[in-house]
Amino acid sequence: MTAMKPIAAAALAAGLVLSGVPANAGEITVVSWGGAYTKSQVEAYHKPWMAKTGHKIKSVDAPNPAAPIKAQVKAGNVSIDVADVEYSDAVRYCDEGLLESIDPAILPPAPDGTPATEDFIEGALTDCAVASIVWSTVFAYDASKFKGAEPRTIADLFDVKTFPGKRGLRKGAKPNLEMALMADGVPAAEVYKMLTTDAGVARAFKKLDTIKTHVVWWEAGAQPPQLLADGEVAMTTAYNGRIFNAAIGENKPFKIVWDGQVLDFDLFVIPKGAPNKDLALEFIKFATDTQRLADQAKYIAYGPARKSSGKLVGLYQDGKTPMAPHMPTAEANMGNALVNNFEFWADRDSELNERFNAWIASN
Amino acid sequence: MTAAAALTTGDGTPLKTALARATRRARLKALFLVAPLLLFVIVTFAVPIGQMLYLSVYNPVFSDNMPRLSAWLRVHDVAQVPGEDAFEALVLDLTEARANRTHAQVGTRINYERTGATSLFKSTARKIKRIKGPPYKDQLLALNEEWGELHLWTVMARAASPHTAAFYAQALDLSYDAEGEIVRAPENRRIYGHLFLRTLFLSALIAGLCLLLGYPAAHLLASLPLRYSNMLMVLVLLPFWTSLLVRTTSWITLLQSQGVLNDMLVSIGILGDDGRLQLMYNQWGTVIAMTHIMLPFMILPLYSVMKTVPKDYVRAARSLGAGPVTAFLRVYLPQTVPGIGAGVLLVFIISVGYYITPALVGGSSGQLISNQIAFHMLQSLNWGLAAALGALLLGGVILLYWLYDRLVGVDNMKLG
Repeated sequence: MTAMKPIAAAALAAGLVLSGVPANAGEITVVSWGGAYTKSQVEAYHKPWMAKTGHKIKSVDAPNPAAPIKAQVKAGNVSIDVADVEYSDAVRYCDEGLLESIDPAILPPAPDGTPATEDFIEGALTDCAVASIVWSTVFAYDASKFKGAEPRTIADLFDVKTFPGKRGLRKGAKPNLEMALMADGVPAAEVYKMLTTDAGVARAFKKLDTIKTHVVWWEAGAQPPQLLADGEVAMTTAYNGRIFNAAIGENKPFKIVWDGQVLDFDLFVIPKGAPNKDLALEFIKFATDTQRLADQAKYIAYGPARKSSGKLVGLYQDGKTPMAPHMPTAEANMGNALVNNFEFWADRDSELNERFNAWIASN
Repeated sequence: MTAAAALTTGDGTPLKTALARATRRARLKALFLVAPLLLFVIVTFAVPIGQMLYLSVYNPVFSDNMPRLSAWLRVHDVAQVPGEDAFEALVLDLTEARANRTHAQVGTRINYERTGATSLFKSTARKIKRIKGPPYKDQLLALNEEWGELHLWTVMARAASPHTAAFYAQALDLSYDAEGEIVRAPENRRIYGHLFLRTLFLSALIAGLCLLLGYPAAHLLASLPLRYSNMLMVLVLLPFWTSLLVRTTSWITLLQSQGVLNDMLVSIGILGDDGRLQLMYNQWGTVIAMTHIMLPFMILPLYSVMKTVPKDYVRAARSLGAGPVTAFLRVYLPQTVPGIGAGVLLVFIISVGYYITPALVGGSSGQLISNQIAFHMLQSLNWGLAAALGALLLGGVILLYWLYDRLVGVDNMKLG
């Protein structure tokens, strides 16, 4: 036994030298949404962090990265170190004690010295989560399929008379109910107030009824651009970054209608009991600094959650498309925009989804 | 002297004892051989499923985190909004839950049965420090008057016991009214009964279609010479070995409204460009894709039974004057019943719990109950409800199996 030790140590040291990994190299598991989005994170966050620190990142895709967290924490067998989740999940899981808390004071300040707590957009920092991007649900269409007038407002999404053809919508209550009300003429500021009343919910479903038979439902973010490309739908709601990637990255004739967009954050969280909690924190600190957030916008059209990153947003990776006008937060796009109300959904998620599922299942 | 008692083995042990010992040893050896499988099945199948099913009736979140109020609620009858002592327990428990960060879990548990409870618990816990000493009731009602509603208290009274029937009630489209009586859920929230029926109907339809398509195919396979039938068998097995997702997405490519089939029908002029058939993202999509995926489960047991049916019987029937229809119906068909039983039951039971294909091609009208179970497992995280739905589905299948046993007889079934 004692004789074995030096040999084993030497072998280990030789192995490390050969592989060029620092002696304290670790590996963290980061779960995200897959597709173009994960790719942008790998380019902007993972690769520079691995190069800088020598640690490794195992990137895992999930249809909703929040879903495995509860199961893992409850089972006491956590393998995820960092997950990229939606706002409502970040808040709900934090309240339920499924996440480690993250002190915003440890986050790096902006280059001009503004502390992180003031540099992040309001609401982007919560007790357990640090936002990286602002994304939005918009609707988009294939411009080559419209010969005359093209859709301009959220109301056009629900207008199958003027704009015939199938519609792609996300299979879930959020954000269809919000969009239905906005299409019905409700101002963005009053949408959530109206949805807390029975009459408001009924009005939203009534509006959805008008296009129900024309809807193709999608679940994963990669589906809507595919549905558009296949000509299965005339227009579809989608995450704006996915449409951008198809339009600019793959030269598809897709156009986004920003009217009636629903904005949301994506945030980094650490599940309670994560195996490499300290490394995970280091990664989050690195990934959400000013430069890194601005870098991500190079690969996908989601807005950085830090104000100081806005100025650094440059060109798309093709080297010629300026990214700023494609950000959901660009001023021209914010004319009629709704910010997702996570408190509302934390309360009504189960009721409204049950109603939505009942509505969708009835013919 | 009785000779019978004297029968012994060579070393003098009575024969009976020696025999018993030998058979016991053989039995132990057999048990030892199956032990790995048995253990595997228990650890990976019986225990997790049992635990999951237990979740449908057991939810201790409220009773664990609100101990004082739960104790109070268990001994008192809640016919109206209770008085000061219950509110005192509520405030003390909430203060403690806030410190342990469990108040939101408690709110979520109540929210399953009463919308708005999550934010009620959260906002009250946030402001709980403002409450200064007794009397508590008026201060709490001043914070949020929802605490004075009877329905909330009857929900909490039921949650005070860790064992609950609430998830089964919900899975059967029932709910509790303010007085705690079971009533039908409001019409716009009834969903599961309808879905259970649709699941059974579509599964039966798929099993029927598989039988219709699979029976002649299996007969052809069984009656051809071996070298041809082996070649054809590959055509049955190849899709069987291909990934499920590949097969499902190929159906999407073929059948979607801009897909191969529609394009072909439009180009030869059978359909107009605006009259394309909607074969995907609805019930048709589910039925077509699943029938294809299930077909091998029907053909293989049918084939193995048909292989054992001697050809001479039908020939004998024909030579004795039976027409082809009579010979088939009275002689051939009855001998293949074990295969039909096995195939239909296999396809039906697999279809009842099928999930990926309907999720991909079912749109809204082709969704099955399993999609709702997955929704509650993965999205809403209401595991109690998912477990209750799963238990009902399992119970339904066992019931149908029992019926099948009574009507046809399970011994009669042959899987190959």
